[in-house]
Amino acid sequence: MKTFNRAMTYTFLSLAAIVSIFPFLWMIVSVTNKSVDVTQGRLLPGTHLIANLQKLFETVEIVPALINSTIIAVISTILTLLLASLAGYGFEMFQSRGKDFVFTILLLSMMIPFAAIMVPLYRMFGSVSDTMPLFGIDTLGAVILPTATTAFFIFFFRQNTKMFPKDLVEAGRIDGLSELGVFFRIYVPTMKTTYAAAAIITFMNSWNNYLWPLVILQSPEKRTIPLLISNLGSSYSPDYGVIMSAIVIATLPTALVFFLMQKHFVAGMMGSVKG
Amino acid sequence: MSQQLTKKNELDLPIRHKETKRQRTNVYFKKKVGWLFVIISIIAITIFNFYPMVQAFLLSFQSGMGGNLEYVGLANWKRLFGDPTFIAALTNTSIFLLIQVPLMIVLALFLSVLLNDPTLKFKSFFRIAIFLPCVTSLVAYSVIFKYLFGVDGIINQFLVKFGFATQAINFLADPFWAKVVIIVAITWRWTGYNMIFYLSALQNVDKSIYEAARIDGANAIQQFFQITVPMLKPIILFTSITSTIGTLQIFDEVVNITNGGPGNATISISQYIYNLSFKYTPDFGYASTVSYVIVILVVILSIIQFRVAGERK
Repeated sequence: MKTFNRAMTYTFLSLAAIVSIFPFLWMIVSVTNKSVDVTQGRLLPGTHLIANLQKLFETVEIVPALINSTIIAVISTILTLLLASLAGYGFEMFQSRGKDFVFTILLLSMMIPFAAIMVPLYRMFGSVSDTMPLFGIDTLGAVILPTATTAFFIFFFRQNTKMFPKDLVEAGRIDGLSELGVFFRIYVPTMKTTYAAAAIITFMNSWNNYLWPLVILQSPEKRTIPLLISNLGSSYSPDYGVIMSAIVIATLPTALVFFLMQKHFVAGMMGSVKG
Repeated sequence: MSQQLTKKNELDLPIRHKETKRQRTNVYFKKKVGWLFVIISIIAITIFNFYPMVQAFLLSFQSGMGGNLEYVGLANWKRLFGDPTFIAALTNTSIFLLIQVPLMIVLALFLSVLLNDPTLKFKSFFRIAIFLPCVTSLVAYSVIFKYLFGVDGIINQFLVKFGFATQAINFLADPFWAKVVIIVAITWRWTGYNMIFYLSALQNVDKSIYEAARIDGANAIQQFFQITVPMLKPIILFTSITSTIGTLQIFDEVVNITNGGPGNATISISQYIYNLSFKYTPDFGYASTVSYVIVILVVILSIIQFRVAGERK
C-alpha cells in the first residue's frame, strides 16, 4: 500500500511537472522551426533558429519594445520597492493612533478591480496631457505611475518587518543616525531578501502588464513587449517561428530573474506568510 | 546575568533612567516622523485607486460619446439588464470563476501536501517545474495556448493519435470548448503560484500534530481535512479571495486566446468594459456602470468567503 501510494505520488507530480513544462519546451523548440512546422506541432529542434531571429529583428519592432518594457519595469520596480518599504516600515515600526485604521483602508484598495478605475485613470491622464507632458496619454510615465504604489507590497513589507531585529534601530539612533538614516543604512541592507522577493514580483508584474499599457499607449513606437506579442498573435498571416522567437525573448528576462533569485523568492514569500 | 545586574542596581538612579528611556524609544517613535514614512503611499493610493473609484461611480450615472457626458440618472443601470452582451460577459465570468477557482485551489493544496513530504525525492525539481508557468506573461502564454489548442495544434494531434478523439476538435470555435480552454489556461498559469503559498504555510505546521493523528489512527485523507485544511485556513482564504478577484477581472487570456469568441461565448466583463471604452464608440458612462458590477461582485464574494472561513472555526 505504501509503495503504491509512493508510485501514485510520483506519477501525479511527474504529470503535473510535464504539463507545466511542456508549453515551455514546445516554445523553445519552435524557435528553431519553420512556421509550417510550428503549426503542425513539431516537437523536434529544427535548423531555422538564425533565420527566425533574423526575420524577427528585421520585420518586427522588437528592440524599441524591449527598451520601453525595460524602462517601465526598472522604474516601476525601484519606485515600488522604495515607497512600499518606507510605508511597510512606517506602519510596523511607529506607534500612532489611527495607524491601523489607515492601513486597513489602504488594504481595501487591493479589492478595487483595475477595470473599474481604468476609464477614470485614462481621463485623469488625458486631463494632464497638456500641463504635464511626461505623464499624459501615450507616455511611459502614465504607464508607471498608477502601478508604483500598491497596498499589496506595503502589506508584504510590513509582514516582513515583523522579523526585523528592532534593536538595530536603537543602535543606529545611538550612533546618531536620523530616522531616514536608520532606514537606508540599517533597514534596507538587513532586509535584502525581502527586497529581492518584492523586486522579482514587481519586475514580473510590470514586464507582463497588458491592459493598462494597452489603454494608455497609442503610438506603435511606445509599444511594450506584451502589446507587441498580442499584435503579432492576432495578425492575419503570422509567421509562427518569428512569433515564438518574440515570445521566448519576452519570457527570458522574467525567467532569468526568477531562476537567479529563486531562493530569495521562496524565503520572501515565507516571510509574508508567517504573519 | 544582565538582569541580575539591573536588579542589584535597582536603586541606582542613573542606570534606571537609562533603562526607561531605552524602553520608551523601543515602543514609541515620534508620531510625525512615522506618518512621513507612509504619507507618499497614502497619497498615491488615494489618487490612483480611491479617487478613480469615486469618479467611476459618478460616471456610472452619466452617458454620452467620449468627453460629452451628461447625467442620465439610473439609465445605465437599467440598460445593464437588457444588454445581451453584458449578460453573456457576466455569465462567462461567473462560469470561469465557479469552476476555475475551486479547481485550482484544490489542485494547489493537493500538490503542496504531496511536496511537503520530507522523504520525497526531486522535491525542488517538482516545485520549480510547477511554479514555472508563473514566470510567463499572460499575453505570451495565451498566444501559446491559442496555438496548442488550434485545429491542427499539438493537443488535437495528441487526442487523435491516441484515440481520445476521432477527429480534430475545433476548440476555439466551439462555445463550450473555448470556455474549457480558458479555464485550463488560467489553471495552468496560477496553480503553482497558489501552491507556493500553501507550501510556505505547511512548513510552519508542527509535524507532531500529524504524528499524534497517525497514532490515533487517522488516515491520510482524514489528516488532510482535519489538520491540513483547518491549519491553512487563513492562507486558503487569502488565496481564494485573491484568485476570485483575479478571475473576476480576467482580460488578457480571453482577448489573446479567443478574443471573446466564438460569438460572445468567452467575452469577460473586463473585456466588455474595454470594448465599450476604447473599441466601440466610447461610452465611458456605461463602461463605468459595467465596471461597478465587478466591484459589487468582489465585495459580495469576499464577504461570503470571510463568512464561510469564519464559520468553519
